[in-house]
Amino acid sequence: MSLTAKDKATVKKFFAKVAPKAEEIGNETLSRTLFVYPQTKTYFSHWADLNPGSPNVKKHGLTVVNGVLNAVELMDDLKGGLLTLSELHAFMLRVDPANFKIINHNLLVALAITFPEDFTPDVHVSVDKFLAQVSLALSEKYR
Amino acid sequence: MVVWTEQERAFIQEIFGKLNYEEAGPKALSRVLIVYPWTQRYFGNFGNLYNAEAIINNPMVAAHGKVVLRGLERAMKNMDDIKNTYKELSVLHSEKLRVDPDNFKLLADCLTIVIAASMRNSFTPEKQAAWQKFLAVVVSALCRQYY
Repeated sequence: MSLTAKDKATVKKFFAKVAPKAEEIGNETLSRTLFVYPQTKTYFSHWADLNPGSPNVKKHGLTVVNGVLNAVELMDDLKGGLLTLSELHAFMLRVDPANFKIINHNLLVALAITFPEDFTPDVHVSVDKFLAQVSLALSEKYR
Repeated sequence: MVVWTEQERAFIQEIFGKLNYEEAGPKALSRVLIVYPWTQRYFGNFGNLYNAEAIINNPMVAAHGKVVLRGLERAMKNMDDIKNTYKELSVLHSEKLRVDPDNFKLLADCLTIVIAASMRNSFTPEKQAAWQKFLAVVVSALCRQYY
């Protein structure tokens, strides 16, 4: 399920619209991940406030979405481009890769909420494929 | 036994209340057929599913999307016993339609996305949690008679 030229073009075009709303999307994505899937809170036990919209959640949501936006630029070589991030997730954070699917789902929900007209089924399939490739690249160094 | 809080019941009622049944079902079904094309295997007699535009405009897809949503409405009206409400539906999906149960989750996710797009910010994290719990119960009930 690798990215076709059409997928790449669709993703680039759509994420150009996402970039100016990165903070909003990041907040929605991470807030929903922590609230709807409480088991994900285990990775953030060092934060006092894990409620939707809290300062830590907002800040980290933005970090995550900026990471995704960066991955858009690195789309032609995700494994190479995300090597350092993969090492971080594999050796330091040790986030179970099942959680990548969870955060991806909530990112899609945030995108649907923010871009109801633009997030068509065609855009959805390309973005879903792209996020799956990002997750694979992030899991690369796990074992 | 699934336990629903009053809050969760209210959220589910609200979401169904805001749903345009004529639109949401068709939108969700066409989305799952586009985003996860292998699901098309169950709709061989639906005619032209060649691309997104064909799927979105396909009248059989639209009609069937409404059937699916009416099925979900039955679950909403029998929230305390979805398991039994869906007994025959579960047998139908496993014995006659032979649908891989993993596909139920794919359709559920697409329906969630369609609802998020229509309700936008009023689809709060709390409502999303209640809605996804409801769908998880529905999916579990549909899987129950598989063996």
